[in-house]
Amino acid sequence: MSLSVKHLLGIKELSKEDIELIFSTADNFKQVLQLPVKKVPSLRDTTIANIFFENSTRTRISFELAEKRLSADVINFSSSGSSVSKGESFIDTVNNILAMKVDMLVIRHRASGAPWFLKNYIDAAIINAGDGINEHPTQALLDAYSMREKFGELKGKRVAIIGDIMHSRVALSNIYCLTKLGAEVEVCGPPTLIPKYIESLGVRVSYDVKRTLQWCEIANVLRIQLERQNKPLFSTLREYSLYYGINKSLLNALQKEVLIMHPGPINRGVELASDAADSKQSIILEQVENGVAVRMAVLYLLSGRA
Amino acid sequence: MKTIINTDQLNIVLQRLALEYLENIDQPQDSAIIGIQPRGGKFSDQIVQYIHQLKPDFDIHYGKLDITFYRDDVHNYGSIPMPSQTEINFNVQDKNVLLIDDVLHTGRTVRAAMDALLSFGRPKKVELMVLIDRRFNREVPVQPDYVGLAVDTLFSQRVNVIWKNKNSESIVQLIDSH
Repeated sequence: MSLSVKHLLGIKELSKEDIELIFSTADNFKQVLQLPVKKVPSLRDTTIANIFFENSTRTRISFELAEKRLSADVINFSSSGSSVSKGESFIDTVNNILAMKVDMLVIRHRASGAPWFLKNYIDAAIINAGDGINEHPTQALLDAYSMREKFGELKGKRVAIIGDIMHSRVALSNIYCLTKLGAEVEVCGPPTLIPKYIESLGVRVSYDVKRTLQWCEIANVLRIQLERQNKPLFSTLREYSLYYGINKSLLNALQKEVLIMHPGPINRGVELASDAADSKQSIILEQVENGVAVRMAVLYLLSGRA
Repeated sequence: MKTIINTDQLNIVLQRLALEYLENIDQPQDSAIIGIQPRGGKFSDQIVQYIHQLKPDFDIHYGKLDITFYRDDVHNYGSIPMPSQTEINFNVQDKNVLLIDDVLHTGRTVRAAMDALLSFGRPKKVELMVLIDRRFNREVPVQPDYVGLAVDTLFSQRVNVIWKNKNSESIVQLIDSH
């Protein structure tokens, strides 16, 4: 058994069997992460470069930990403080790194499609850690893995994705992943933040967060991607949080428990109030823990040589 | 293809191995049996069953260990090996551990199992029980402490251990593969 793909560029290209293989392998790695010695030697013959042209805390640390737990050699590159400021191109940067016998690349870039562009020029396996407003496959995988941990199979489960859907690569990857696994997905946010024709991906649309919360079993809450919006799409953050922010009293009024998730970083008080983020219903920190196991699984499964 | 242990002989071998092991235990609570997945796990189930029959009051820790991530040949073949289940619900620290595998051949699996075991803690002692010892094919210095049957085989041959299922009784076969 192996994955049907050579790279992990997007969930769009994965089959349901691929996703399930990643989950069952992640189960094994999650066990390893409970041991006194949280390290396996499987990738000790592999060198991996984390190439981040965009900021990250969680994803970068999570990948780096996953790689080290697999005993791989790790190089971290971030574009600030590199020769990119001297005008070196994307392909040159990557090829220079590859010339030093790097076997796999984990790439984050602000241009949507950057990893697909790169794949035509290099041989090494590529893992997309987020490209523009397109996809963030490992986030979607760890999100779905966390939901599966709580609920078992995701088929027929009602999942809401709430927030800035338009600019969120996490939203799109989640939509692909959840629909492939048979979940029912509803996106919710202000009309200005929901792309037209998104129903064509097999999701429902709602502009009423209370109604969405009443319907769903799991709510994946997203941050307003202010850095990606170049025109005003709602009046103020305060108004956004009044109409779409999620807090404990909103959750208590539902008279049922909804699982709260967030990929991070949280803008506390905007999309998610602290009393909701830190409540018993939130599995935000479990998502982070699962992230390392899921990324170990992806790295392990893609590490084969032809 | 040749049957090297038939069903009746196999039952006797299993009992003998269980008795040999029990002979050497003084403190069952300090002992642990770990089957190397996947095939060693099936063999260890049989041994543990006999141990329970012979000594029902002995409470020996029992678990199964998957060693896929500790193999030395993860990237040697076209596809990546898939792991099976590890179930070790006790602490191996300071225990007398018996590793069990069905066939000992090059010894690389047992070497990987020792690495894997060390990730769980530091056992006081590790011993090895195998059903079949393919004596002259070792590639690393590993020797068993309890042996069902030692055989001399060619590298091109395969030993097939079949546990009772709806199609067959338990037997052990030697197969020429080409």
